[in-house]
Amino acid sequence: MLSHFRPAIVMMALFTALTGVVYPLAITGVSQLASAERANGSMIERNGVILGSSLIGQNFISDRYFHGRPSATVGYDPSDASKTIDAPYNAANSAGSNLGPTSKKLVDRVNAAIEAEFAAGRIDVVAADAVTTSGSGLDPHISPQFALAQIPAVAKARGLGEDRIRLLVEQHTEGRLMGVIGEPRVNVLMLNIALDALK
Amino acid sequence: MTAIGLAQIAIILFAVIAAAMPLGAYMARVMGGERTALTPALAPVERAFYKLSGVDPTREQNWPSYTMAMLAFSLVGFLSLYGLQRLQGFLPINPQGLSGVPADLAFNTSISFVTNTNWQNYPGETTMSHLTQMLGLTVHNFVSAATGLAMAFALVRGFARNESSTVGNFWVDLTRAALYVLLPLSIVLALAFVALGVPQTLAGSAQATTLEGIDQVIALGPVASQEAIKELGTNGGGFFNANSAHPFENPNALSNALEIWALLVIPFASVFAFGRAVLDPRQGRAIAAAMAIVLIFGALFVYWAEAAGNPLLTDIGVDPSPGNMEGKEVRLGVSSTALFATATTGTSCGAVNAMHDSFTALGGLLPMFNMLMGSIAPGGVGAGLYGFLVLAVIAVFVAGLMVGRTPEYLGKKIETREMKLAMLAVLIYPLTVLGFTAASVMLQTGLASMNNAGPHGLSEVLYAFASANDDNGSAFAGLSGNTIWYNTTLGVAMFVGRFLFVIPVLAMAGSFATKKKAAASVGTFPTHGPLFVGLLLGVIIILYLLQYFPALALGPIVEHLLMAAGRTF
Repeated sequence: MLSHFRPAIVMMALFTALTGVVYPLAITGVSQLASAERANGSMIERNGVILGSSLIGQNFISDRYFHGRPSATVGYDPSDASKTIDAPYNAANSAGSNLGPTSKKLVDRVNAAIEAEFAAGRIDVVAADAVTTSGSGLDPHISPQFALAQIPAVAKARGLGEDRIRLLVEQHTEGRLMGVIGEPRVNVLMLNIALDALK
Repeated sequence: MTAIGLAQIAIILFAVIAAAMPLGAYMARVMGGERTALTPALAPVERAFYKLSGVDPTREQNWPSYTMAMLAFSLVGFLSLYGLQRLQGFLPINPQGLSGVPADLAFNTSISFVTNTNWQNYPGETTMSHLTQMLGLTVHNFVSAATGLAMAFALVRGFARNESSTVGNFWVDLTRAALYVLLPLSIVLALAFVALGVPQTLAGSAQATTLEGIDQVIALGPVASQEAIKELGTNGGGFFNANSAHPFENPNALSNALEIWALLVIPFASVFAFGRAVLDPRQGRAIAAAMAIVLIFGALFVYWAEAAGNPLLTDIGVDPSPGNMEGKEVRLGVSSTALFATATTGTSCGAVNAMHDSFTALGGLLPMFNMLMGSIAPGGVGAGLYGFLVLAVIAVFVAGLMVGRTPEYLGKKIETREMKLAMLAVLIYPLTVLGFTAASVMLQTGLASMNNAGPHGLSEVLYAFASANDDNGSAFAGLSGNTIWYNTTLGVAMFVGRFLFVIPVLAMAGSFATKKKAAASVGTFPTHGPLFVGLLLGVIIILYLLQYFPALALGPIVEHLLMAAGRTF
């Protein structure tokens, strides 16, 4: 057994150097040179301010914006760091609800979300993504069904015609890759940025 | 279920098999010590590794020596990873200023990564410094997978060789598997991931101001390099807490397809490599067919269960047509999530692109059963092949009993010693899975960690020990595993699942290697046709359903019935 320890220790050191230092640093170097924008997280800037990442969802509560999905992420309670509080779209700590299919909490939460969306006039048929939390809590997308349902409420809040907003939603609806892979979706942040740019 | 959903599954699986065949041929050459296209570039590195570590690559080891080398390497890996986590607060490349990892969590995580499990009782972005992620976790993603491949090829040599006292050299197998197979594929895949939007930076996080004027801290890091080996090495440990559901780990449908491809391709290629190594590719194809049948059945089953949606939510007005979307991402959808869940539990990967805890009862049952079967369709890197060969030996033995002949597999007689070793290996799993699950649900400390009440709570615990034992690492993640009880027991289960399984396997390798290879005769049971594939599947189903049906009946099966009856907990 003891005779195996020299190769074990040396091999571990060598693999640490090769796969733990050279490999990630080389990939970092090449990525930063070849596509720095993506390698740094696909950040979006407007007037010199970083608005967020086009890949990461944000919490929208204003009537003037399209809303994303509910999010189950939490954050530390600022008044007591040993506790956590709801912090939707906390991109420093991704998480899902992990509520099982027969969870009473899940059914109650979905029920409350349905009522809230109806009250805000954002739903006609309840799209599944509109009332369920995503796996990451950071889902940047909603289904076209949920986006279309929100058009009247957003148009009203902005005092704009529904047709103009519908056109914008259609422009921001992405299809399946080659018509097969993936699902149709709308990136909420990108849509809302475009909405802000409307005159 | 839709035609497009089924097409997504079919396209990805086709791409896996199409790549696994040539990759298998290449791997057979690598593990056979032959020259390959990459030899001119990598041979100097390989020679330097042997020279510095004092290894004579031409000297082979018998099975006890091979096993000891593997255990020594794993022990050194465990200790160094433990030390690194405990000390990370004093070490550089820690942009978020994270402090050292507590002892019980560091123990659990070290075993987890050394055994190729990657069970994570911690959220990556708030626990592990970039240095720990790189020097510790990424390194073990490579070497634990390479160790798995080494052990599988030791067993393959047991079948391929004739009256040999040795099964190969562990250090050579480890080095060649990592240098020639895992590293080149990881480099290509990591760069592809960056092109698709996966970040690769040494920065800790970015500060954004949202459209509504709120601060949003966005965690970043060297994600792509870890993502590549996480899938290729069937490791599964995410950079972020949400694993491949996180948009930075899995930004779009193409990256998702690529991840599923990457986690399946080496396990399938290993089986084709096995066929070549025993000079009968039909043998490899028969095993690949059996694995593919289990995988495809599983993917369709999960897709069917998840596409139906959750009836309790349908009742209160949610549109069931997109399927059960709780815990799933819009861009990934239900069909490719079903395939991901089946592939990640059919291998020992354990990466997840959705929260399995929120699957419907039957949608969660299948991944759990996949792991209870030991993740054999197609299994982890190396672990899948040696796990399946143990089952093949048992299947041949059962066939031998039926016709009253001494069973033979690949010309090697299966006798008392080999059967005892094979049974020892397969009986170790239920001991820890069922034993620890039973203990957990009887202890207050075990019950307190559950996130869900009712039968789903039991499912969370059963899933955890199935995952740990099987060195998978996926979770019903509602269970708060970061307690002294679960850190310790899950750590023990991972240790048992890897090492107490593989020591009998390596003993079998040694035992088979010394045997004379008998020529096939008219009385030999052919192990490459549909009859053998059917027998193999029958043995697997009987063996594992008998062991686990009672536990599954109390968890997901009763939950399904109660869900249909409208009960909540």
